[in-house]
Amino acid sequence: MNQKMIFHICGQMLLIEAVLLLLPLITALIYGESCALSILTAMLIAVGVGTLMTVLIKPKETVIYSREGFVITALTWLLWSLVGALPFVISGEIPSYVDAFFETVSGFTTTGASILTNVEEMSNGLLFWRSFTHWVGGMGILVMVMAVLPMTTDRSIHIMRAEMPGPIVGKLVPRVRQTAKILYIIYIGLTLFEIIMLLFGGMNLFEACVHAFGTAGTGGFGIRSDSIASYSPYIQWVMTAFMAVFAVNFNIYYLMLMRRFRAVVSSEELWTYIAIVLISVAAIAVNIRPLYESIGETVRYAAFQVMTVISTSGFATTDFNLWPQFSKSLLFLLMFIGGCAGSTAGGLKISRVVMLFKSGRRELKKMLHPRSVTAIRLEGKSIEDSTLSSVGVYFAFYIAIQFAVFLMISFEPYDFETKITSVAACFNNVGPGLGAVGPAGNYAGYTAFSKILLSLSMLFGRLEIYPIIFLLSPSMWLKKR
Amino acid sequence: MKIIIAGCGKIGTSVLANLAQEGHDVVAVDNKNEVITELTNVYDVMGVCGNAVDCGTLEEAGVSNCGMFVAMTDSDELNMLSCFIAKKMGAQNTIARIRNPEYNDSSLGFMRQHLELSMSINPELRAAIELYNILKFPTAIKIETFSRRSLEMVEYKLAEDSELAGRNILEIRKKYDAKFLICCVQRGEEVYIPGGMFTLEAGDKIGLTASQSEMQKLMKELKIHRRQAKNILILGGSKTAFYLAKMLENSGGTVKIIEQDEKRCLELTSDLPSATIIHGNGVQQELLMEEGLSECDAFVALTGIDEENILISIFANMQNVPKTIVKINRDELVSMAQKIGIESIVSPKTITSNILVQYARALENSSGSAVETLYKIFDGKAEALEFIISSESSLTGVMLKDIRLKPNILIGGIMRGRKTIIPSGTDMILPGDRVIVISSNNRLNDILDILK
Repeated sequence: MNQKMIFHICGQMLLIEAVLLLLPLITALIYGESCALSILTAMLIAVGVGTLMTVLIKPKETVIYSREGFVITALTWLLWSLVGALPFVISGEIPSYVDAFFETVSGFTTTGASILTNVEEMSNGLLFWRSFTHWVGGMGILVMVMAVLPMTTDRSIHIMRAEMPGPIVGKLVPRVRQTAKILYIIYIGLTLFEIIMLLFGGMNLFEACVHAFGTAGTGGFGIRSDSIASYSPYIQWVMTAFMAVFAVNFNIYYLMLMRRFRAVVSSEELWTYIAIVLISVAAIAVNIRPLYESIGETVRYAAFQVMTVISTSGFATTDFNLWPQFSKSLLFLLMFIGGCAGSTAGGLKISRVVMLFKSGRRELKKMLHPRSVTAIRLEGKSIEDSTLSSVGVYFAFYIAIQFAVFLMISFEPYDFETKITSVAACFNNVGPGLGAVGPAGNYAGYTAFSKILLSLSMLFGRLEIYPIIFLLSPSMWLKKR
Repeated sequence: MKIIIAGCGKIGTSVLANLAQEGHDVVAVDNKNEVITELTNVYDVMGVCGNAVDCGTLEEAGVSNCGMFVAMTDSDELNMLSCFIAKKMGAQNTIARIRNPEYNDSSLGFMRQHLELSMSINPELRAAIELYNILKFPTAIKIETFSRRSLEMVEYKLAEDSELAGRNILEIRKKYDAKFLICCVQRGEEVYIPGGMFTLEAGDKIGLTASQSEMQKLMKELKIHRRQAKNILILGGSKTAFYLAKMLENSGGTVKIIEQDEKRCLELTSDLPSATIIHGNGVQQELLMEEGLSECDAFVALTGIDEENILISIFANMQNVPKTIVKINRDELVSMAQKIGIESIVSPKTITSNILVQYARALENSSGSAVETLYKIFDGKAEALEFIISSESSLTGVMLKDIRLKPNILIGGIMRGRKTIIPSGTDMILPGDRVIVISSNNRLNDILDILK
């Protein structure tokens, strides 16, 4: 493995994080907060370490293959989280480094799970950074870097493939860099649109930015302890709509820009997504009808909560912990499904769920008609058996890792519901679960060990398992004799 | 520029790799899913899986706004049809691979016109031309000819006892009165554009430009001149072999072709009445000896299997055949073959890629002085380009010594009308000239790109 190239690229990535830290620094300076100094310190550390890594490690061979792509991705995310946690610790606003790390990973992976018991106490600069990590992590750190910087290697597709969610990663246009640029232009455009819409709802610029970042990355960090509950219905509806928008495959928006509407209308994944959302909203609305006064209010709560879970954002307008068992169970299931492939959402992804169902049906048919030959079709194209089997394998890993984490945190003094939803909410990048980690609660009560485990499972979920496995497996790093 | 390549076999892939490296937006179309998966893994291109004649597939590949459509499938007919459809769907330029000798006669022009093809490529024919040029002048490893044929670039390796070794460029120019220019030197893996003080060593591979007659004179002075090869043994009766034999026959050579397949032998003998066609397995050394391997002037290995070609030519070298030329299609084998002492290598794939790269560069350059011919020399580490100077510019009418060139660029020759000029500091470039530029580490689209 080309370890020099891996460290070289990761060093460059740290320099870029330092540049991104400028934004919260400016925010802190505008508000005249003392946290500016801690952000500056973190920037200097990032620049120092990054420069050392890029200058000291000069790779002779610049070619990278898929294994390097995986490791670069995983290591970059880890390094960014380690460095991104520094401002919280240095400023003393989150004194424990493990807590700060948990919070930062939760930010970059767009989970939105928090250990903060009182968000209102945080300074604006750090709140901005916290939400900005959502925005950066949503579309992908490396995709952004690829859009901005010319890569030193022409095999950068390996990096993009390791980071982009979904079973099949295609390109919109022939060049990786162009593709990354188009994705980010769409992403920035939609985010700006949301900021404007939120400003109309009476938010100030800071609030609008923070919430737009949280929605765009489908993250879920708010700046109030009750999340979005105390904002106006208009703002709640705007955010519901934008959570829906950001959980859609970005290829759809590209096709719209290219005026290929027929392809948009015929997207199977899009329709499945819409159907799941509508049915869930209807079912929950009926179920929680007795709790609220008007129908409008009921639908609003149901729609917001369904959207927040299926898009894996994790905002909340009400404590759904208090809802009937059926609604809670349905929300729990939606956590696993997640948004569309190629969106900023987490979870298993709609297209994988569809493929799993279709191949399940084919297996059943095969049992009845052993000689039948059936091609599984998605988006009007037949899917290769190798893709199907890789989806099956992914699902197996997905379940196995969540069970393993669940088992490892089972020593915690929480109830069963809390622990299983903690794992699911972290792994699927949702954020709040049920029980003690519900919308009204937080993850502060877990031990440091469990927090690290849960942080890892967030990374597992965001990077779709394999990069982290490769990063952690010693055989990738040891030289074969 | 957006380029679509339909059919990604050996040649298609090589073209794709070169064009993607040039910075074009390349879309690969192939009907095999695994080919597309593999390509998109390795190169920064987009892949579309489907039939290259199907409108839906072509539309998905974005044919309506593509600058260049290249059809490289196995079948000539498919190539023609898909180019025709692509043209009708809005592709600006279409290029088809047409290699069947039946199509490559007088009817080609008619077909090209009515199918609205911008160009047709026959890699086998191009390879045969290159082989023929080397056989005419066997001293060289390779010969690159430019449009008027009056100026050539010869690649040649300095032997242990070469008179040029140990001298620098200035001394060499003084010593020989022939007009020539050493414009490129390969030593090991490195390629240099030599300055006056550059000292040559034995084992260097050098690129020389000179007019045809001066080149003969120089080689005689260096005592390395060898006569045109007349008596040639070809192994493998491929299309390339057919084209080559045809050319050799016309210039009065004797050709013997060894081919394994009896049916193919019969075809060849009816098409090439004066050539000797031997039916037999050329890998058998006894058969080769029986057919006079040790007496022939040159041995050309043209079977479809690269490894076989390499191994047999090692055997031919051991029999002291004056000149062996090998066809190798796979790039990775070329450098290995060079390591074990095989020098003259012809690759239809490289030839085709060169033509398409040149075509794409000329298209990108809408005005000014376009690239007329392009050769990648020394394993693609350097390029020899021919430009036509169409108009006055800051380059014309100025003495060459006053022009500030980018590093690693050299003007290797100027063709003015019938005259060939090997340039010195006091020469000038005038409008209407054809200029040969040698460059490494630069991508030149226009002649003005050579300026600092």
